[in-house]
Amino acid sequence: MHALEVTDLSKTFALRSGLFGGPRDGVRAVRPMSFSVSRGETLGIVGESGCGKSTLARMLVGLLEPTTGSIEIDGSALDTADPAAFGRLIQYVFQDPISSLNPRKSIRQIIETPLKRLYGMGAAERQARIAEILASVNLREAFLERYPHEFSGGQAQRIGIARALAAAPKIMILDEPVSALDVSVQAQVLNLLAELRARLDLTYLFISHDLAVVEAVSDRVMVLYFGSVVEIGRAERIFAAPKHPYTRLLAESAPVVGRPLRAPEQTGTELPDPLNPPPGCAFAGRCPRATALCRETEPPLETMGEDQLAACHHPIAD
Amino acid sequence: MSAFLKLLFRNRLAALGAVVLGAILLLVLLIPVLPLKDPNATATADRFLRPFSEGHLLGTDHLGRDLLSRLLHGTRLSLAVGLAAALIAATIGSAIGIVAGYFGGRIDNLIMRGVDMLMAFPYILLALAIVAALGPGLMNALIAVAAVNIPFFARNIRGITVGLAGREFIDAARLAGLGHTRIIVSELLPNVLSTIVIAMSTTVGWMILETAGLSFLGLGSQPPQADLGSMLGEARAALITAPHTSVVPGVMIFLIVMSINLLGDGVRDALDPRLRSGALSRPRATTLVDRTGPVPEDDGKGLLALQQLQTEFHVGKRVFRAVGGVTLHVEKGECLGLIGESGSGKSVTALSVMGLVSSPPGVVTGGAVRYAGEDLLAMRYADLRQRRGENVAYIFQDPLATLHPLYRVGEQLAEAIRCHHKVSESETRERALELLRAVRIPNAESRLGDYPHEMSGGMRQRVGIAMALANDPDVIIADEPTTALDVTVQAQILALLDDLRRERGLAIIFITHDFGVVAQLCDRVAVMYAGRIVEQGPTKAVLAAPAHPYTSRLIACVPELGGGRRELAAIPGLPPSVDDLPPGCAFAPRCDKAQTACRQGEIALEGTGPRAVRCLFPEEAV
Repeated sequence: MHALEVTDLSKTFALRSGLFGGPRDGVRAVRPMSFSVSRGETLGIVGESGCGKSTLARMLVGLLEPTTGSIEIDGSALDTADPAAFGRLIQYVFQDPISSLNPRKSIRQIIETPLKRLYGMGAAERQARIAEILASVNLREAFLERYPHEFSGGQAQRIGIARALAAAPKIMILDEPVSALDVSVQAQVLNLLAELRARLDLTYLFISHDLAVVEAVSDRVMVLYFGSVVEIGRAERIFAAPKHPYTRLLAESAPVVGRPLRAPEQTGTELPDPLNPPPGCAFAGRCPRATALCRETEPPLETMGEDQLAACHHPIAD
Repeated sequence: MSAFLKLLFRNRLAALGAVVLGAILLLVLLIPVLPLKDPNATATADRFLRPFSEGHLLGTDHLGRDLLSRLLHGTRLSLAVGLAAALIAATIGSAIGIVAGYFGGRIDNLIMRGVDMLMAFPYILLALAIVAALGPGLMNALIAVAAVNIPFFARNIRGITVGLAGREFIDAARLAGLGHTRIIVSELLPNVLSTIVIAMSTTVGWMILETAGLSFLGLGSQPPQADLGSMLGEARAALITAPHTSVVPGVMIFLIVMSINLLGDGVRDALDPRLRSGALSRPRATTLVDRTGPVPEDDGKGLLALQQLQTEFHVGKRVFRAVGGVTLHVEKGECLGLIGESGSGKSVTALSVMGLVSSPPGVVTGGAVRYAGEDLLAMRYADLRQRRGENVAYIFQDPLATLHPLYRVGEQLAEAIRCHHKVSESETRERALELLRAVRIPNAESRLGDYPHEMSGGMRQRVGIAMALANDPDVIIADEPTTALDVTVQAQILALLDDLRRERGLAIIFITHDFGVVAQLCDRVAVMYAGRIVEQGPTKAVLAAPAHPYTSRLIACVPELGGGRRELAAIPGLPPSVDDLPPGCAFAPRCDKAQTACRQGEIALEGTGPRAVRCLFPEEAV
């Protein structure tokens, strides 16, 4: 059974209509997309700014109501937009560890809240559970009475993870959990996350713009561009043998030691305008393989190769 | 709390206000035990006695009532009414503001338009209307003054709440199962409380004045009850013949309002975190230089050379040694990478070069910065300013923050050119166009008229680079210029910088935390840790065979594309804080090769040829 199944999920942000103009189309931040994640799997989600990663994540935890589509967790549909109902099943770890902790609350108050509100635990029970959670993220109990500003980024992120774990979720959405951290600390947090996943049988959605990090932690990777899924595939294959030209562009742009510097695409290419989306494939304007077909019809997501899916009229052959 | 009081009383005027207000409050509180006459006992025979008369220290009014007694009783009443009005206005106004700011959208719109309507009336007219509707009386005056001041609090608190409501910790609270009421009370309120206190402390005086105004017009306290406003009102008729009857309450109003305002400003300054950190105080035009040791001799190395540069931040009693003796140089046409984690001092090193570290709290305490042999640190401000942009230019991380949002990019480029060269309008335009073309901006001509917000992040950073090139500098210092950009855009910007360096023979100091970027762009690399360079050398050699344990462990931490799923290497522990550096090697507490010798004494940066390492037990001999 799938831990998470998403069907036709989309989000359109309404635009205020002009004073004299008629109703306008909204901005389609996430176009209808369907995917599923198995229990214990890590699905990496990559894409550049404005591709809809964060909108997708916020819909999955109920912070944003989807325009269309449904979310199923363990086979049962979740249609309400009540974050507390989502809270017990799916939790979120935020990008900025410091700003996701209330500066006026002690660490104990922060970790205690989900135990109190989601599970209604008594004081003694909470004490035991907090000790257990802190031990699992390698934080000392002496930290409990301190306030967020006293912690470094890496420690604060572990507190954020502890808060998410306190809700005992089945699925965790990790939204750029290490991009605000230094590399030497980033690995500490990533390894902790991997260990927790194995021990607690968690399912992860790992959102990042750093391809190398995503590849290192994910089983499968989903590439987003302009609100749509352009490619899904196994982590070890997708960047080595991409089917979609955008995936290849991403992989070639990442700075790698030992590869000579060159601009992977012509300068002057601009991202499509969300207010005025182009017909057909959104990537056509930047794509060296684009034809007239690409500029007219949107390519569907199709299986290519073993377990790789791509939305492209002219996929890259092996 | 004690820190707050200390900060408050360092402000002399606030202390003066506190003393005056404290004295007034003391007098008012002592009314029951002071030998005062009945404030309402009339004695028409003793009308208009002058101050210092027998038995009446401040004289008497038109009904022969003792002025001192009336003054103190009136002050008590005025203070009580003013405070009560402030509390009521703050409570209701803040509640409205928090609700509007938190829910946003239609609710916000509805509430705030209502508040706007309240604000559209002149406040005194509104107060008069309220009192007219409710009837005169002190209680009604209080209600009127409170109602008139609600919009001030509502707008103020709404503004703060809107910013907070979008923060991630509010989302986190929602996911932790908190409902709206709990979020407002336990998450938002503690964060806006200091703003409410600040707003109150600056408006209490104003409210006392407004209440006095209503009483003066006869709409507040009713005779014979005394408050400061009604005392003034009654004394108006005898302004010429017995001026002391108006002067006495007038001086009291003046003292109360002035002392409350001085104290309120002090409270605001002490509570406002931006003021407290000194961020709003104006920094000097250039970094303070206070070198205690001898200035190093020019060794003729490089076009731009830093010699034993030390920059510190003095905050209170604490000294942060952000840069602890950095020596590096860059040649014409060369790109030097300066790599390190956050807090390693790489940005402060870069800003110290042209005296851009803000002072206070920054101070350059040692070393020299030489541009073509001249010591920039010893230079007069006017000369240094001439060299900023003309000889050494900067590119910063966030182009949205460095470009002025209200000027077109063409105007900003033109300004940068005219700062250094007297050229005609058409020539500057021509030059600006040329610059935009040089950084490969398509349709340069039309882009000149764009505002920064109309451009994408990559285009803005190109403008940032064009601006750095505006006066043909020899050295460019680029501080994480691609960190805020997407990878595909980063690749374009890096390629552009590389082309420019080759075309123009630029020397570049490139600050980054990304080894991949350094490997692709830089000829040489210097690795910083805790304010010092721990290793330097040609990029290829350093990356292939790092000598310092920190460099080698850090390289191992960086995941590389193509490695597949794996466990990543980590460095346990945290970098040391630069206000409390351990003796010896700063990396020793995290290093698995550290021995006793590493924790003692100064360790020199040593090596042969282009490579050098600051380590007693290096991984590679250099």
